[in-house]
Amino acid sequence: MKTKFFSALAMTSLLFLSCNNDDNTPDPVNEEEVITTLTVTLTAAGGTPIELKSQDLDGDGPDAPVITVSGSLATSTTYSGTIKVLNETESPAEDITLEVEEEDDEHQFFYGISGLNATTEYGNFDDDQNPLGTEFTLTTTDASTGSITFTLRHEPKKPNDGTLADAGGETDIAVTFSVEIE
Amino acid sequence: MKFYFFLLTTLWFVFPAFAQECTKSISGEVIDFHDKTPLAGALVVVVGQNTSVTTNSLGEFTIDGLCDTAIELEISHPECTSQFLTIDTNDETNLKISLEHHLELLDEVQVVGAAQRQKTASSVEKTVQLQTLERMSGGSLGDALKTVSGVSSLNTGANIVKPVIQGLSGSRVLILNNEVRMQDMEWGDEHAPNIDVSAANRITLIKGAGALQYGGDAIGGVILVSPEKMVAKDSLYGKFLANGMTNGRGGNATVELVRSFENGWFVKAQGSYKRLGDLEAPNYVLSNTGISQVGGSLQIGKNSFKEGWEAFYSYFDSDIAILRASHIGNVDDLIAAINSKQPNFIAPFGYAIDNPSQEVTHHLLKGNYYRRFEGAGKLKIQYDYQQNQRFEYDLRRGEARGIPSIDLTLRTHTISSDFKIDANNKRQLRFGLMGRYQNNTADPSTGVRRLIPDYDKYDVGVFVIGEYYLSSQLTLDTGLRYDFSQIDAKKFYQLSRWEERGYDQDFGDLILEDFGSQLLTNPVLNFHNISGTVGLEYDLGAETAIRANYALSQRAPNPSELFSEGLHHSAARIELGDLRIQSETSHKIAVSTEKNTPDWGYTLTPYANQINDFILLEPSGVEFTIRGAFPVWSYRQTKALLMGIDASLYRQWLSNWRTEHQVSFIKGSDKTLDRALINVPPIRLLNKLIYKRPQWNGLRIALESNYVFEQNEFPPNITVFSPQVNENVVLDINTPPPAYHVLNMDMEMTFKMLKKDDFTIGINISNLLNDSYRDYLNRQRFFADNMGRNVQLRLKLYF
Repeated sequence: MKTKFFSALAMTSLLFLSCNNDDNTPDPVNEEEVITTLTVTLTAAGGTPIELKSQDLDGDGPDAPVITVSGSLATSTTYSGTIKVLNETESPAEDITLEVEEEDDEHQFFYGISGLNATTEYGNFDDDQNPLGTEFTLTTTDASTGSITFTLRHEPKKPNDGTLADAGGETDIAVTFSVEIE
Repeated sequence: MKFYFFLLTTLWFVFPAFAQECTKSISGEVIDFHDKTPLAGALVVVVGQNTSVTTNSLGEFTIDGLCDTAIELEISHPECTSQFLTIDTNDETNLKISLEHHLELLDEVQVVGAAQRQKTASSVEKTVQLQTLERMSGGSLGDALKTVSGVSSLNTGANIVKPVIQGLSGSRVLILNNEVRMQDMEWGDEHAPNIDVSAANRITLIKGAGALQYGGDAIGGVILVSPEKMVAKDSLYGKFLANGMTNGRGGNATVELVRSFENGWFVKAQGSYKRLGDLEAPNYVLSNTGISQVGGSLQIGKNSFKEGWEAFYSYFDSDIAILRASHIGNVDDLIAAINSKQPNFIAPFGYAIDNPSQEVTHHLLKGNYYRRFEGAGKLKIQYDYQQNQRFEYDLRRGEARGIPSIDLTLRTHTISSDFKIDANNKRQLRFGLMGRYQNNTADPSTGVRRLIPDYDKYDVGVFVIGEYYLSSQLTLDTGLRYDFSQIDAKKFYQLSRWEERGYDQDFGDLILEDFGSQLLTNPVLNFHNISGTVGLEYDLGAETAIRANYALSQRAPNPSELFSEGLHHSAARIELGDLRIQSETSHKIAVSTEKNTPDWGYTLTPYANQINDFILLEPSGVEFTIRGAFPVWSYRQTKALLMGIDASLYRQWLSNWRTEHQVSFIKGSDKTLDRALINVPPIRLLNKLIYKRPQWNGLRIALESNYVFEQNEFPPNITVFSPQVNENVVLDINTPPPAYHVLNMDMEMTFKMLKKDDFTIGINISNLLNDSYRDYLNRQRFFADNMGRNVQLRLKLYF
């Protein structure tokens, strides 16, 4: 503590002498952790992949995300799903999926289905065999309309009972897509 | 002065007379230092001898029968500061001694039971004395100030405590540490004052803007944290003060050492350390709420009546963990937190300070010099430098883990001088000048866009204050101050934000460079502020006084109000400043009647404060990101009216029993929108029962009841879209928590160890009944209960 105190004293006197002269222009900060884009690709054997995408290029800025769904799902089909997460404020875009997969014990995707005749199942897991969910399968049955919500939680309780309420943690992504099964 | 008489009388008996054959004599004249009139009735004592005389009506005296050639005289007068003189009877036989004939230095003498000399005549002032501060030394500055009626606090957990004076806080409350105005990013709600309460000797609180010498923008008030005054005598003494606490399972300790000399030189060194682990609410651990704090100060100087100087350095470093459960992702997380009755993250007790956390280091360096000019007054010059370094750590992912999200360095240089003309008995005038340069630098390596931009700020202030003693009972005080302030910032705006705010229409010429999605801009904003005060103090006798004061004050917006732009994870909100914000103007009228007798006393202070262009931050809407929805909190200006009353009463029932009572009530309204203001303190009722039995080792037992009502006036809640439930929901963000009642208890006894009455042991129990409650002015009220019971053991040793 004593050393800290005296080094602090010495530092202050130094700063005092050197004063400051930063007339120079500050550098812009490129947000490193911002997630701008979520792309979910659903591929069925032989069919055209369907893409669900949410893109918000100004990050925490005032513009709302732009949400697009490339097509409808077919009845009674099993889709293999992959999720990609990007930071497109950087150039080239940074693939945040890699970080999420690397820190798989601290992340988990949740799939919320409302009004759709479909079920999901996790396709990848962390080292403790708890779900991660950047890969999954989606199985449809009868025709219906509704929505799918993708939620990525950072530092959730693991293992959890599969509900957001039980998992806790903080939300990194929460996007709802309107989807039709026909 | 009574004290001196007492001292003198005591000396009389203590020192035996030495009868010798002595023939030397001296004579002289005692005059007033300021107006040079003779002082009759001054007592001249030969120190260490049984000899004293009183001056006659012409201020003259003669002492015969002196033996030694070198003698020391103490010259005192009931209305003056005593003076000590060493003289050689061979050289000087006819002396001219000038005494300070005003009560200016009275506050240097701690007379128990007597009122302190006020900093202003007509403002409402309260002093928190050393004994109270020592009892509160385990807490923070804000906790200690809450013992004063009308003062509440804005908390972020239990360790970040901002004082609120009559409903106002932050930039509206000036805090002076040893006469240096703190420049420590006081604008943020979660920024606590960087002051070590265990180093303070006395804290004076001035409600309102009446004390213009400290600044014109003290719309809320001024807090003066003063170290001990040094007395010119040869001594070496010290103090050790320690607290051990059950809640947080840690404690703090302070050591203080003073060496002073008869010639006025003094050195004082002080150091303190505090460490607490996770705090505990009655039903769960408040995970990640520990604190580690180091403070130290060094003071060197020389005081004499005529001139003196002082060099002062203080260091303060605090590393404060922020409740883990309060760090949330989006509005759904916030709704879940509000609905859940307990935090979403509870871990076993630990000492680690994990993220989210903040680490703030504050350096303060000061030098001052004063000199009195006979027949004129006193000149004071001061320079101070402060450096405030703030790191805020969030929960981050990947490589950014461990890198702070906020890294700001604020450097401030201030030069000030004032001249006090007190030669005239009928009035006292004071002129002052102040110049300040401040620079803020935000380190871009955080990888998070700057919440507060880089800026240079220049301030110039000039004031004049007059005090007129119209009669022995009536004092008038007036003051006028002008402040100019310029802020020259280099700020990056997101293009989308720039357009959303409409800045492209109004401030297109501020753009320096276009980086595509970001714009570099150079706002240069000037503010001219006028403040003034006029007031009366009427002394009714029988220790009763009435004061009335009107104060006009203007405050320029702070950098946060102007430039904030970004996401606060700690509150899951986007905060937006506004470049168009102008100075706010307050008109405040306060009346106070006061009676202070040994048996009973009261203070009654009604006030009304109308603030035009009042700057406030409140929820204004919602914005969507890929993370979901976030409430937007925007700064806006409105016409506000704060009206309230602070009342306190004490009564000494029997020689051992005393009760104290306080109530503060305040009503805040937004006149433009015709609704309640946000964050107005609810009614607080404090009752205290004190039992004292001095003959039992100074036994003192105090039981304190603190009742805080529910705030039933608050702005409406907002409606937001929740992606989780796929519909609009009411965000219960403004609804205050219910009323609560907390009992506290304090016991202490004093023992003899090395010298007399030098060892004190005390036990303090806060939240005696371990009640669960939440406080409206705690930013963490959405996430967790306040602290549960805390038993503190306090040891104090004077040596």
